[in-house]
Amino acid sequence: MSQEAWQGFVGGNWEHQIDVRDFIQRNYTPYDGDESFLAGPTESTVKLWDEVLGLFEQERKAGGVLDMDTKVVSTITSHPAGYIDKPLEKIVGLQTEKPLKRALMPNGGIRMAVAACKQNGYEVDPEVVDFYTNYRKTHNAGVFDVYTPEMRACRHSHIITGLPDAYGRGRIIGDYRRVALYGVDRLIEEKKAEHAGTQKTMNEATIRHREELAEQIRALGELKQLGQIYGIDISGPARNFQEAVQWLYFGYLAAVKEQNGAAMSIGRNSTFLDIYAERDLKAGKITEAEAQEIIDHLVMKLRMVKFARTPEYNELFSGDPQWVTESLGGMGVDGRSMVTKTAFRYLHTLENMGTSPEPNLTVLWSTRLPEAFKRYCAKISITTSSIQYENDDLMRVYHGDDYAIACCVSSMRIGKEMQFFGARANLAKCLLYAINGGRDEKSGEQVGPKFRPVEGDYLDYDDVISKYRDMMAWLAGVYVNSLNIIHYMHDKYCYERLQMALHDEHVHRWFATGIAGLSVVADSLSAIKYAKVKVIRDETGLVTDYEVEGDFPKYGNDDDRVDKIAHDVVEVFMKYVREIDTYRNSVPTTSILTITSNVVYGSATGNTPDGRRAGEPFAPGANPMHRRDTHGAVASLASVAKLPFKDAQDGISNTFSIVPNALGKDAAVMFDELDLDALDVDIQIENPAPDCGCC
Amino acid sequence: MTVGTERLGEKDLEVAGRVHSVETFGTVDGPGTRLVVFCQGCPMRCLYCHNPDTWEFGRADGSGPGTSVTVAEILEKFERNRPFYRRGGITVTGGEPMAQPDFVAALFRSAHAAPAGRIHTCLDTSGATFSAAASERFSPLLDECDLVLLDIKTAEASEHERLCGLPASHALELGDELARRGVPTLIRHVVVPGITDSEEEAAEVGRIIGNWDNVVGLDFLPYHTLGKPKYDKLGITYPLEGVKAMDPKRAKELRRVALVARARRRAERGVR
Repeated sequence: MSQEAWQGFVGGNWEHQIDVRDFIQRNYTPYDGDESFLAGPTESTVKLWDEVLGLFEQERKAGGVLDMDTKVVSTITSHPAGYIDKPLEKIVGLQTEKPLKRALMPNGGIRMAVAACKQNGYEVDPEVVDFYTNYRKTHNAGVFDVYTPEMRACRHSHIITGLPDAYGRGRIIGDYRRVALYGVDRLIEEKKAEHAGTQKTMNEATIRHREELAEQIRALGELKQLGQIYGIDISGPARNFQEAVQWLYFGYLAAVKEQNGAAMSIGRNSTFLDIYAERDLKAGKITEAEAQEIIDHLVMKLRMVKFARTPEYNELFSGDPQWVTESLGGMGVDGRSMVTKTAFRYLHTLENMGTSPEPNLTVLWSTRLPEAFKRYCAKISITTSSIQYENDDLMRVYHGDDYAIACCVSSMRIGKEMQFFGARANLAKCLLYAINGGRDEKSGEQVGPKFRPVEGDYLDYDDVISKYRDMMAWLAGVYVNSLNIIHYMHDKYCYERLQMALHDEHVHRWFATGIAGLSVVADSLSAIKYAKVKVIRDETGLVTDYEVEGDFPKYGNDDDRVDKIAHDVVEVFMKYVREIDTYRNSVPTTSILTITSNVVYGSATGNTPDGRRAGEPFAPGANPMHRRDTHGAVASLASVAKLPFKDAQDGISNTFSIVPNALGKDAAVMFDELDLDALDVDIQIENPAPDCGCC
Repeated sequence: MTVGTERLGEKDLEVAGRVHSVETFGTVDGPGTRLVVFCQGCPMRCLYCHNPDTWEFGRADGSGPGTSVTVAEILEKFERNRPFYRRGGITVTGGEPMAQPDFVAALFRSAHAAPAGRIHTCLDTSGATFSAAASERFSPLLDECDLVLLDIKTAEASEHERLCGLPASHALELGDELARRGVPTLIRHVVVPGITDSEEEAAEVGRIIGNWDNVVGLDFLPYHTLGKPKYDKLGITYPLEGVKAMDPKRAKELRRVALVARARRRAERGVR
């Protein structure tokens, strides 16, 4: 079976071990050419996509949700086959039996599932509610059994916000390519061998490990059944391009049927899939139009992935995002570009089916990418604004050439690393706690430890810094410990069986913390250091406002005086995070990447010493505060680039908008041949007359 | 910090100029992404100027607007972000950079001699301080210009003074000098409704540059009103109150008129 499916592939370690990277490296064909080979949408694609657009329209008219399942708890095999328009679909599979019908997933928390339905006008079957309230515990219930009063207070005051304690943590990428390359039977065999070979001493870790492996094996069995529900046997390896895409998509579909994660990213598949496309194209089995059609239909399905969520959740994430991130391009460690024709085909879906935020097409950018690909990316960015770019030259150093992005910036080696997603700590609010001795600046309540608040009318830099360090150490403690509880419970009650089945036995776990309000902190500390900041207290002695006298360097202007402050805050906070034991020996890192939730964090934070008013949004991610970067984009970017990636390996984001005119001249300015040719004609028509009076 | 400037002529590096501001991401004042230095002070008072905050000259005692910045400081800004400027360089604009020719010459000389690699230099000027009679004064600066962006405010000599406060001869004489030297030059012309938007005006601009074989491009900039808030802030009456922004399409058409006139002039001169 394998022999036939693998015909024509260059063999290697991948044949003997689960080693997708080895398969890719030995078999892919880098492509340096331009986009001229691409094919437009087929008739089926146009028709099918029209139907999907019709469904999206109905969904909008229905208030954002077309239909919800209120009875059947979603599992890999819970629903019968669903189609958009069966005869037209090259790639099949939906989350439920109907397109855009949202599945019921109570394992994260029954209250959240009930609220999501209720707020959209649906009611969950009382039997399901009863079952998940009285008989089967959820992740959410587990977490709240263990939370300390201090953790609850921090959650309430929003110094820690967005914790995945009532929803799926997401951010785990299954290596869905394994399903295509090996077939499910081989993967089950491997997992069984792992199960047989675990450590024999039954301590807690081994017991958990063995139970998880057993769950993974069960999930893979269900994955096979999912194929059967659609009349497709995925027990063996995929034999052609269409099968490879279908097998891979079944893997992903099983994951989104089982998990409603905060980010359900799909990995880095284009270079892998291109090997199959090239083989079929060479053998004359498919045409370019057919190859494009298959990718179009896959992407169409990815655009339709939906989850049942509450308005509060959507507010935190500014919309209803799935973060189906697909990473494209990048360079291999051997120096070859990993751009293939299929990378072009993915981007081309934006032309064939119009612009779309999902899947989140992410180009792993290197200065050494082929010029034609860079130009095509730029072209598609200009026409669709739908491409995200990430620095491959930076991440490749840490993660090699088979990593992918989960969510927006979190990089991890596929099938080898996973992360425990941990939302964010509000470092700006933490600074206010330091100034107020642990009292919340909005409620006046004693949330943090009762340290000594600042005294006197003016803030002293050294005094504030020393208090701030103490408060950060406290915050890191509450924060990391809360996350330890969350991930323990998530593993216990809402384990990602299928996604983890598509990982190696022993994975590297990242403990992903996050920080919000960095530029507010940097500017506030800079104001305290370089200007004079007077405090204004209310009648209870609580500092509620500040008066800044004089000017101070602001983060975002390539000014080392303040950029160094931002750098040090990240470094110091991470130091405190590392001092605390993390669940399952995961390796702590942090991210500075609030792309949307900066609004929510800002609204929960009072006046700050940089002059920002209470409730005003923070800058997104590592961005400088709005309009404080006055030296142009390069200086602004340079400030961000000084942040230590070694401490913020989970990602640093900078949201950057620019009007097209500020990117250069689009109108013709320079003279060229075309000008002259066109003008020749004019001159002859005009019959040059000696009427020139100049000089 | 002294990034990569150690081997340069000490003297040039210490030369200071009066600078209004520095923009690190300039994309419309010369090729590529550029570090753009805005000089403080300009002798012209163009009615449509969108940088009135750069008009007033700083005083020798350090008072007045602008900051004293040395060549070394500017190059340091460039060097710390050099990768951004690979296909760009440094542009000096204003204000009027030719009001500080020694400073700009020192900057450009140092840019060309930069240890980390030659930096492309671009001068954006209206030629306001130039005259053929005193051209030696500007020779060291013009020696170091890789590209000049030269403004022709209006081709109608009689209108020039009313529009900008100075006669047209400065720009025209600088144009001749640049042509003589063969310095690649891009001509810019702001198209203001009712003032510089006639077809005759455009054709005249074309005829003028038809005489200069060093001209590599022509940019007709449609007048916009984005500078107005600065006037309000400075408490200056906005001279073009009520004048609407120029339709970019019309500016393009006028540019074409100028190109035809240029081609005709070149045909007369027997140049292709």
